[in-house]
Amino acid sequence: MCDTCGCSTDSGAVLRKPGMTDYHIHVGATGHGDTDHHHEGDHNHTHEHDHTHKGKIRTIALEQDVLQKNNLLAERNRGYFEARNILALNFLSSPGSGKTSFLEKIIPLLHQQVPVSVIEGDQQTTNDADRIHALGVPVIQINTGSGCHLDALMVNSAMKALELQDNSLLCIENVGNLVCPAMFDLGEALKVVIISVTEGDDKPLKYPTMFHEADLCILNKIDLLPYVDFDVRTCRENAMRVNHHLEWFEVSAKTGEGLGVWQEWIENKLRQR
Amino acid sequence: MHEMSIALSIVETVVSKALEEGNGRISSIDLLIGKLAGIEPQSLKFCFSAAAKGTSAEEALLFIDEPEGLGECGDCGKRFPVSFYYAECPECRSLRVNIVSGKEFLIQSMTIEEEGE
Repeated sequence: MCDTCGCSTDSGAVLRKPGMTDYHIHVGATGHGDTDHHHEGDHNHTHEHDHTHKGKIRTIALEQDVLQKNNLLAERNRGYFEARNILALNFLSSPGSGKTSFLEKIIPLLHQQVPVSVIEGDQQTTNDADRIHALGVPVIQINTGSGCHLDALMVNSAMKALELQDNSLLCIENVGNLVCPAMFDLGEALKVVIISVTEGDDKPLKYPTMFHEADLCILNKIDLLPYVDFDVRTCRENAMRVNHHLEWFEVSAKTGEGLGVWQEWIENKLRQR
Repeated sequence: MHEMSIALSIVETVVSKALEEGNGRISSIDLLIGKLAGIEPQSLKFCFSAAAKGTSAEEALLFIDEPEGLGECGDCGKRFPVSFYYAECPECRSLRVNIVSGKEFLIQSMTIEEEGE
């Protein structure tokens, strides 16, 4: 049940926009694609009714990927992004590693050259979307309620509400969680995992699925290295053990150190499209 | 925690398939969950019973087959069992190991009990 309008939805996720208190859209409530139901007798496959109805047990083969529904929708999102030449990045990390601070720093560097828009994912509040809104770029907040990750349907609804521009960059900030979001393809081009030096250099070994799925890893808060027992080399080695294709960056979103290298990398990616 | 949304997705899939097949009651579901799939079978079973409540899968038993992880060395080609993503080749010590199986996550089949006439 929604606390704002009292309606109930299947997925429970809600879209919100900063500064618009009346704006809230329930994900999946608009009846696009995935919420369509086909209970009418209009399907055209033949039912094999040669069996006798005597409480008999029948085995039905499915051979279906459990995440198929999410994965199919993620591919639709991906096709939409590709057709409109939108580079979509999925930012993943534990809570507090600096995803939003990183976006706050890089967006002003990029949005003079390429339109940037942002999808923010959190269980509650529009705090992160408010911070991005202050930069003057389009942003939408997904509140997942009890949900621990974004899924392809939430992103599908959010991107329609965002009115994305062609030839743009879309940053999707996932719910802060190093476990569950790794399982759910959103249709992004690349997964970016952020860790910070306050978290421990064995994070890649403790949460290998996330680091295995990621395309690049950004080590944040390197300005704090003198004050913490964090070995950058060990962390990098651990990350590379889990995923030897991982691209590695070291930055401080606070001081701006290392952001130039990353900016060069992303500008290169944008040119390659 | 993601086991809950996965349980809901399994229920949705099998219930709609059962409806297509004549709306019998689902008595069992066979799942294939590789050891590297990132799913905790016990947690999934727990969530499944909650997710299936009030549906035709309410009394279904979950049978879960858990294939072991298998890695293949990107340097020497040796295949060997792996229990995690950061495997090392026992032959040449290379870390360039590709996972060739153990990530499966499938609903293989289900049995439905058709109501007698």
